[in-house]
Amino acid sequence: MPGKDAAKARPQAGEKRVRFPPGWLPYALVAPQLAITLVFFIWPASQALWQSLLIQDAFGIHVQFAGLTNFRELFADPLYRESFKVTAVFSLLMTSSALVISLLLAACCDYIVRGARAYETLLIWPYAVAPAIAAVLWSFVFNPSIGLLTYAMHRWFGYEWNHLLNPGQAMALIVIASAWKQISYNFLFFLAGMQAIPKSLLEGAAIDGAGPIRRFATIIFPLLSPTTFFLLVVNIVQAFFETFGVVDASTKGGPVRATEILVYKVYHDGFEAGDLGGSAAQSVVLMAIVMALTVVQFRYIERRVQYA
Amino acid sequence: MRQATIRAAALAAALAATPTFAVTEIQWWHSMTGALDTRVNEIANGFNASQSEYKVVPVYKGGYAESMSAAVAAARAKQAPHILQVFEVGTATMMAAKGVVKPVYEVMQQAGEPFDPSGYMPAVASYYTDTKGRMLSMPFNSSTTVFYYNKDAFAKAGLDPSKPPRTWKEVGDAAAKIKATGATPCAFTTAWQSWVQLESMSAWHNVQFATQENGFGGMEARLTYNNPMLVKHVAMLGAWAKDGRFSYAGRTTEPEAKFYSGECAMLTSSSAAYANIKRNAKFDFSISYLPYHEDVKGAPQNTIIGGASLWVFEGKTPEEYKGVAKFFTYLSKPEVQAEWHQSTGYVPITKAAYELTKSQGYYEKNPGTDIAIEQLLLKNPTKMSKGLRLGNYVQIRTINDEELEAVWSGKKTAKQALDAAVERGNAELRKFERANKGT
Repeated sequence: MPGKDAAKARPQAGEKRVRFPPGWLPYALVAPQLAITLVFFIWPASQALWQSLLIQDAFGIHVQFAGLTNFRELFADPLYRESFKVTAVFSLLMTSSALVISLLLAACCDYIVRGARAYETLLIWPYAVAPAIAAVLWSFVFNPSIGLLTYAMHRWFGYEWNHLLNPGQAMALIVIASAWKQISYNFLFFLAGMQAIPKSLLEGAAIDGAGPIRRFATIIFPLLSPTTFFLLVVNIVQAFFETFGVVDASTKGGPVRATEILVYKVYHDGFEAGDLGGSAAQSVVLMAIVMALTVVQFRYIERRVQYA
Repeated sequence: MRQATIRAAALAAALAATPTFAVTEIQWWHSMTGALDTRVNEIANGFNASQSEYKVVPVYKGGYAESMSAAVAAARAKQAPHILQVFEVGTATMMAAKGVVKPVYEVMQQAGEPFDPSGYMPAVASYYTDTKGRMLSMPFNSSTTVFYYNKDAFAKAGLDPSKPPRTWKEVGDAAAKIKATGATPCAFTTAWQSWVQLESMSAWHNVQFATQENGFGGMEARLTYNNPMLVKHVAMLGAWAKDGRFSYAGRTTEPEAKFYSGECAMLTSSSAAYANIKRNAKFDFSISYLPYHEDVKGAPQNTIIGGASLWVFEGKTPEEYKGVAKFFTYLSKPEVQAEWHQSTGYVPITKAAYELTKSQGYYEKNPGTDIAIEQLLLKNPTKMSKGLRLGNYVQIRTINDEELEAVWSGKKTAKQALDAAVERGNAELRKFERANKGT
């Protein structure tokens, strides 16, 4: 997507373009990228598509072509439909909290003068933590019997935390654990975006009497829109695909399926339970959803993006 | 100087060449971590040192589900290990894999290795035996469901620490007393709820869990654990969850931590939790029999095992199978088994190892460590109590966890939850049946 920015950045009419004579070079230059896409995306995706049409045992001894049986069964299952709702709630909460908090932090870091470097470094740290480890860390902090925060909430606010039995709290736990990591990533992009905004614009606004909040609302935020859009797409993809480690290490989808997001079910059914056909069908559904979401975002939200 | 170098090089070459030319390597994929991993390596080293033709190489391949996935992928690529450790709920999947898995009785027979299935503990071996009495996999680490209690907390609550509750009614009374006196913040908790409270509880009361001899008789089995006995049992636990006598603490081993931290006074869990509890508990505790309901006729029967067994893959050379057979014989030796049993809390897989441990005076020195075996040997296993052999059981355990959680949180009654679990579980069984009936 940054490449797209660059392409759109300077399409001024009448500008003379340098043209290379057609030949093998351009193909050779994109070949590595194409090869990677083929091997790591197209091939596995087509395998998933093929396997979703089969019914087979774990070892692949009995394989039968089943047409759309796997899909029919999935959608006939009310519990599977329920996990769409759970996924929607989770993705919305995770994406919005990760974006809002990181934007706030980036704005603060951009605003302050002293010690900005130290804050930046510290804020980037969590990105280096693997999702499963992040989940284990937060599970400790919120552990119903020995968790630090659980104890504090009970002691000072009389609030009982037990995500093993409380669905809302379990959802909060996986949102916190996954958003926490994502904030670092978003922060980095927001900060870079802000630092790319010409200082003269902000100084001019300041001279005209605009305070920091006004400057943010009228200059920084609109000029950041390409970054925000890019992060929105990436965060949603992240929420849909990369979060099974968090769920697996903390709630395992419980209590009573309250945190059973689609990608966790794909992982559980396929890798733990050995139901390849069912799991492949689920991953095809998931792929379709994310593709549709991305198309919607590019068609409708990107219109509001102002590329400088 | 130069000559010395040449001599050293020749020596090094000779040393390097020896293992590749005579020794047959046996790959053993397992899922044992920490102290258990050390023991696994010791067993392999012991075998390797006992002879010079074969070398067993143990490889840790992640948790049970992970190592099974790894082996499935390897088998599809014709790269399977010789021996794979598979957890008990994967048994049906392995059994159905004809042509991929080589039954242990066949391995022993073809290798001409003396092998007497009757020397193994019936309650252990029966879990891995087909209806014709042939052993399909080699039992390795088997445990069963037992009851742990905090003696100090019992004393504090005014209960007799030398008299653990034997029935569920007595557990309830003790829990009420612990709660009333505030001896510990939590009275009772259970680890592995599906295994302890549904599966083993059925066997313990000699009540059917699924048709077709709990699945041993064929893939057409249907679940029946929404029976009155279990509904009553789960309803009782549900009521305790409501009045605070039972605290739910998680699906697998998390509740064990609540026991050894002193938070919960009573725990039902695996006998293999013993080592961990002993290391961590800063109070006096003891092991006792799994409680039962005295109004159920024939109870207590025997509990069922959990843990894992060793499966052999097809497609290896006769020489390699000979090594596998010799290794299994070594593994079943009384000394090896007794050592394994005493250091891990798993039950010995042979009767001889049990007798040896007894004669060594181990049980007198470590009271309670024989409870697990006594429970398994209490009566001859019946069709209802010899274990489970159900397909897609990983999914069914998850379903049971979900439905039980709905009871503990008061969202469903015991009857509603168990009915739902049986219905959803049956759907999984039908899927398994269909997947394994193809060509």
